Amino acid sequence: MAQRDAARSAERFPTPAKIAITLRVNGVEHKLTVAPWTTLLDVLREHLDLTGTKKGCDHGQCGACTVLLGGRRINACLTLAVMKDGEEVTTIEGLAQGTMLHALQQAFIEHDAFQCGYCTPGQICSAAGLIAEGRARTADEIRELMSGNICRCGAYPNILAAIEQVLAGQKGAEAAR
Amino acid sequence: MNYFEYSRATDVADALRLIAADPGARFVAGGTNLLDLMKENVARPTRLIDISRLPLTEIEETKDGGLRIGALVPNSDLAWHPAIEQRYPLLASAILAGASAQLRNMASTGGNLLQRTRCVYFYDTTTPCNKRDPGSGCAAIRGVNRNHAILGTSEHCIATHPSDMCVALAALDARVRVAGGAGERTIPFDYFHRLPGDTPDLDANLRADEIITAVELPPRGFAENYTYLKVRDRLSYAFALVSVAAALALEDGNIAEARLALGGVAHKPWRDREAEGTLAGKRPTAKNFERAAEALLAGARGFGHNDFKIELARRTIVRALGQAARGTPQSQSDKRIA
Repeated sequence: MAQRDAARSAERFPTPAKIAITLRVNGVEHKLTVAPWTTLLDVLREHLDLTGTKKGCDHGQCGACTVLLGGRRINACLTLAVMKDGEEVTTIEGLAQGTMLHALQQAFIEHDAFQCGYCTPGQICSAAGLIAEGRARTADEIRELMSGNICRCGAYPNILAAIEQVLAGQKGAEAAR
Repeated sequence: MNYFEYSRATDVADALRLIAADPGARFVAGGTNLLDLMKENVARPTRLIDISRLPLTEIEETKDGGLRIGALVPNSDLAWHPAIEQRYPLLASAILAGASAQLRNMASTGGNLLQRTRCVYFYDTTTPCNKRDPGSGCAAIRGVNRNHAILGTSEHCIATHPSDMCVALAALDARVRVAGGAGERTIPFDYFHRLPGDTPDLDANLRADEIITAVELPPRGFAENYTYLKVRDRLSYAFALVSVAAALALEDGNIAEARLALGGVAHKPWRDREAEGTLAGKRPTAKNFERAAEALLAGARGFGHNDFKIELARRTIVRALGQAARGTPQSQSDKRIA
């Protein structure tokens, strides 16, 4: 009975074909076959077991799913994987170089820039995007350009301090050059 | 999210062929609004036609000295483009007042025009909504309507258009270039978005078989005397309660021309040329700004929870015109309002 219902349902609502795509994630190429409605976030977490990227609201409102696509920060929850065929994704798992933490990861630890940690991967990826954009100079500008990342624990002052430290370090490195 | 087919358009002609072949299909570019609506079951396309790789990503000079912005230029690239920052800072400011850095990286110029209202009843499929389900009624008129429109409403819909970018485009007299089965045409910005009337399901005067290819800016950018002042419930990453794009051309201390567009108050970016006209030839004084605000808001009507927006709009208009006249535009990172 259930089988017949399933067969009838499949006839009325044929399942669209899955689509073969290639994604380069943290420097590793992955060939995947995904349904059209699979978000980039779900591919990362469910297909590639990269669970560092978090699903918070799943509506682009919290920023927990922030990853870098071709170096630009985006919300992975509002991105279809099939649309990003052939593109380069960096997640929180791809920021460290071996055992050497990314400057932002180190700064978040030094400034205790989290409590529960759920938003942290998104905060750090977002901050990496912010630094690459090169638009934030003042604390106000950092706050504004980080406003797409919500921290329900309210660790904002320490998140700000961590990002300020990395930005200052970069400026110092440039000046020394 | 419902099941749907996926196609990738190879060029504009291909996109037009694909959309003509499937009445349930929708174009997707940034996807920031459409995918959200699909997750909420508000939008249920049978097919998504991916236009994100079409070559509509240029910002180029037009013959008349203006700029043509490709429909797929991301909002962040547009806001931070040198020509926009220098010649059309009102547009840059309005874009940076909206959404988040991540969303601006994804959202396209054309998609920003076509984003749908954030009316909670439109999003809640358990409530009536004439925009989502024509003829079902409007739950907002007697509901919680604090965020809703005060101008140009109808008995069928009191939703607002959510865009900040479009408020600046309206003030700048932008034009929308579209291509369709019947060829290409240009739609003046005023005529692009619609008032709800008795067809609130239609947001824009874009036909089902048409695609936006570009937005054009006329030469005048009002780069000296402008502001985008947005008032909202939190300091960042929130839709406007009221926003005002103000631009002035000053000659010998008098206002030669005034542009005034409002967001958060109507089904489309709201312009009132009569109200703007009250400022022509006048001194830029608070009293004259108040007269213009009163003229613009003469027909405003609240629905209970949003009555405050009428007074808020009046004050925001006066503040914005003052900022524009002084040449001190509102910062989008330092939120103190001067």
